[in-house]
Amino acid sequence: MTAARSARKGTLVAVISTLVVATLLAISIGSSPSWPLVQKAFFDGTYFSTSLPNVIGAFAINIQLFVLAEILILPIGLLVALARSITSPALAPLRIFATIYTDFFRGVPSILLIYVLGFGVPALRLPGVPSEPFFWALVTLVLIYSAYVSEVYRAGIESIHPSQERAARALGLTRFQALRYVVLPQALRRVVPPLLNDFIGLQKDTALVSILGVVEAFKQAQILKSANFNFTPLMVTALIFLVITIPMTRLVDRLAAKDRATQQGGTR
Amino acid sequence: MARKATKRVAAAPVLELHGVSKRYGRALVLDKIDLSLAEHEVVCLIGASGSGKSTLLRCADLLEPIDGGSITLDGRTVSADDRDADATRRQLGIVFQGFSLFPHLTALENVALAPRVALGLTAAAAEKRARALLKQLGLAAKANAYPDSLSGGQQQRVAIARALATEPKVLLLDEITSALDPVLVADVLEALRALAKGGMTMLIATHEMAFAADVADRICYLEGGRIVEAGSPEKIFGAPRDPRTRAFLKRVRSVGASALR
Repeated sequence: MTAARSARKGTLVAVISTLVVATLLAISIGSSPSWPLVQKAFFDGTYFSTSLPNVIGAFAINIQLFVLAEILILPIGLLVALARSITSPALAPLRIFATIYTDFFRGVPSILLIYVLGFGVPALRLPGVPSEPFFWALVTLVLIYSAYVSEVYRAGIESIHPSQERAARALGLTRFQALRYVVLPQALRRVVPPLLNDFIGLQKDTALVSILGVVEAFKQAQILKSANFNFTPLMVTALIFLVITIPMTRLVDRLAAKDRATQQGGTR
Repeated sequence: MARKATKRVAAAPVLELHGVSKRYGRALVLDKIDLSLAEHEVVCLIGASGSGKSTLLRCADLLEPIDGGSITLDGRTVSADDRDADATRRQLGIVFQGFSLFPHLTALENVALAPRVALGLTAAAAEKRARALLKQLGLAAKANAYPDSLSGGQQQRVAIARALATEPKVLLLDEITSALDPVLVADVLEALRALAKGGMTMLIATHEMAFAADVADRICYLEGGRIVEAGSPEKIFGAPRDPRTRAFLKRVRSVGASALR
């Protein structure tokens, strides 16, 4: 038997056994006496189809939030990472500030920060400071996730062997040029999988801003739930998040596996 | 050999070390080193591992701060003035034992990087220079290859081309064959011989005694961070005066150079 045939047979066995188990599970759950109750409260077909367009419409806010946030986080996180790796004594305050910043925003619960910034700052009614909940939701997510992402960048930069920077400096490149042309290009390649991982977390956390009254997908689902005393809209919201996050999780897995393969296969 | 006889006449010193000392913590790694390289001169540093050869080269390239003495390039003191260190390093080329090629760049890009970024040449001019250097080192066909697809000897020749790309006044070479397969060593040494013939001023730390005897105008034997004895290859290898030099060479001849690494 060839390897290809044996692999095909393996796949077939896996598919059949999965189908059998799934069918048995479906039958046993469906035949349990409380299933109709659960189905009515969480998986109601009518509520599903009526809430779907509303929730998808509100999800546009989540998309706006995480796309804008990601665009801002990528450069801010890098700047914070660079500030933290400064060695010059004259610029020590910058390094200390960056360290305090990352410690603080990684250490405090996100929901607390969203609450304080989203309700607290607009309440001060400072002239020229916007009070829209969306604005403060965006600011808070950018502040929190730039702290996480800066650590990802920093780990990437530190994973590049010092001999690379030394070789660049030996050629007469300045510290900045060595960073720009030798260290960062190599570091950025390595941080793509962990960076995407953080972005998956960010995409889920856009639901937290519902506490500010921003009507995004989760808030919209809550409103629909309260109107009908039915949880199906929340299941719809969960499904929409999964549609976005599962492909991204798989992509991260594949990139990480590719990284491992190249690192074992050579130095590139 | 005619080359050696003629060039001693025009002996303007290019690179000079005056009483250079270097400490790592409490260990004195270089102890008041005096060394002068004339234009077109090839000097080989020999000595056991830990004798200070690599540190001497790294200090000469201003990659390590020195704790005493001074370094001059073309008569200008360069060691004290950290501000111009980048400019000075552009006038010196160094090749490391471990290649340290940039893995994300092709051979051509590795060589063209410093001319473009550090010297400010246009991309086209930098590439032209890089191609010429790769050709000179027998690597024209490998211009677009990434370092991990090259053999050790090819990588080391790319590293030499890269070090030459800023047109340095002096080339510093740090045991550049000791990480290579014996069969690949010959190619790299041949490339260095060609450079010496072309008049390149070189300071070479090496364990290849036969090569040193062949290519060097002057040999310096280092031990304990000091130059114990310096002189022509004929003198050092033929009639070493210092008992420490004699002991080292006796050891090299009995165990073979590879055992000293």
